[in-house]
Amino acid sequence: MSEPGSWRRLHPLSPIVRGGRATIGVATLLLLSLVQGRRGSSDSFVELAVVGIAVVLGFVSWLVTRWRIDGDDLRIESGVLRRQSLRFPLSQTQAIDIVRPGLARVFGVAELRLRTGGSSGATARLAYLAAHEAEPLRARLLALAEGARKHEATPASEAAVEEHVLTTVPTGRLAASILISDVGLFAEAMIVGLILIAVLSPSAAVAVASASAVPIFSVLTLVWRRFNQEYRLSLAEAPDGLRLRSGLIALSAETIRPGRVQAVRMVEPLLWRALGWCRLEVDLAGKQRSKGEGQAERRPLRTVLPVGSRALAEELLERIVPDRPRRQSPTPRRVLLKSPLRYRMLAWGRTETCVATTSGRIRRVTAWVPLEKVQSLRRVQGPFQRRLRLATVHVDTAGRSVHAAIRDRDTAEADRALTELSDLARAERRKGR
Amino acid sequence: MSVDGVRGESESWRRPSPRLLVLRRLEVAAIALAALIAAGVVAALGRTAVGLSCLGGVLLLGLGAERFVSRRFHAWGYAEREDDLLVWRGVLFSRLSVVPYGRMQFIDVSAGPLERSFRLATVRMHTAAAASDARIPGLDREEAARLRDRLAEVGEAQAAGL
Repeated sequence: MSEPGSWRRLHPLSPIVRGGRATIGVATLLLLSLVQGRRGSSDSFVELAVVGIAVVLGFVSWLVTRWRIDGDDLRIESGVLRRQSLRFPLSQTQAIDIVRPGLARVFGVAELRLRTGGSSGATARLAYLAAHEAEPLRARLLALAEGARKHEATPASEAAVEEHVLTTVPTGRLAASILISDVGLFAEAMIVGLILIAVLSPSAAVAVASASAVPIFSVLTLVWRRFNQEYRLSLAEAPDGLRLRSGLIALSAETIRPGRVQAVRMVEPLLWRALGWCRLEVDLAGKQRSKGEGQAERRPLRTVLPVGSRALAEELLERIVPDRPRRQSPTPRRVLLKSPLRYRMLAWGRTETCVATTSGRIRRVTAWVPLEKVQSLRRVQGPFQRRLRLATVHVDTAGRSVHAAIRDRDTAEADRALTELSDLARAERRKGR
Repeated sequence: MSVDGVRGESESWRRPSPRLLVLRRLEVAAIALAALIAAGVVAALGRTAVGLSCLGGVLLLGLGAERFVSRRFHAWGYAEREDDLLVWRGVLFSRLSVVPYGRMQFIDVSAGPLERSFRLATVRMHTAAAASDARIPGLDREEAARLRDRLAEVGEAQAAGL
């Protein structure tokens, strides 16, 4: 890396990779017309002109895009007509990810993505950098971010920080778990149905297959995406946070900085429970989606453990929420009248720093929220609950996907929980300040 | 008041301005009046039986709506405690929100045309959680401004990071 303060450009190949599918399309078109040989000369002229314009535009966009590290900020400038200058305070970063879609891997480049916690989901993207630069740059940015947060001038530490791998998911188990998950089962049911129809009346099968092509395709993409994202997902612990690496075609590497986890949840679908499997997900602040990101990134949660035994999940939880309640108390029996399906699952518990709730009808979802992260508390009582002297206490966090609710407790208990939790959360906030 | 336990604590509960109730009642009355006129026209045009039963129905609905509106108004309440704001609302589904001042991201004060003509405003407190809901409608304009300033002040003093 050159000296820290100077303006730098992205990798020269980045416009091609940014083009993504369009690039692949254009390349195939060109190849095709080459193979077909000379046809009408006007045709190929138009094609060449289009390609030429695209190349020039790509080159110009590369030329005007520059970035530099300026003190505690990352600055990115881009655009010709609409000049955009982004100043991204490193102290606000929630996570820094390295993403490598298929095409980027072919060209040996990688994208660096910085996220903040704002609900508008501001994201700074450096797309693309040479692959070998990305990792050291991320380490440096994280070090700077850490330094900026502690208000001390930390020199950029280049040394790759040692990390300690906690888990890697075996491929066989991942495949099996997807096969018996909700999406997987749905896909299998559809395929079996089609085969049955084909066996019974081949003529009808064609019609049914063509009519249901779109849903089948979308379900299969869901299954594939899940497999692709979680393939060989490994979780490692490093001084700068938890590191997640995964991917079959598109590789991604994320770092979750310590203290940024808003909530954790463990999901146990019905069939997984029989095998003692569960899934562990972590919720971060802010919206995870932003313009121009690949579909693979449109997920609200970070999966820390796609599938694993309960013992393994407990081990990971120990790292993420060390002080968590060991025991949860069940709800009163009269809840059977109000939510018969949920009754067996409902429970909650707390320690001085963490609250845990369990709910779910068919699958069991357990959520842990560090009290330091509680944004607000709500006590809600519906008409039926009032009859049964029950109330629900919701624990709101800045995360978007994990919803912790202490459902259907005795009114007195709910009121006590509300007071206690708001007192404890206040104590935790004070400690953090 | 029909609300239980928690509310009975030492906090001093404030409520929206009585003018909000007047406004809500007027809204109900305006809609009911329009419906009444329509029913009256039907009755006058000769279909007396249908028209009269419509009139009766509209009257009943209007009275029901009035009751709903006034119970809803009486259920709103808020209290400023040392570290957090409590907002109580809802009749059928009663909700009590506890929003710590330190978690406040921003406050917005809004007033629609009707609210403005009654010198009322709605104060809403936003946190980083989308689910938090601390909205107090129908505050006196001065009270809204006071609350906004006070919330901003304590929020600043107690601000905590994400």
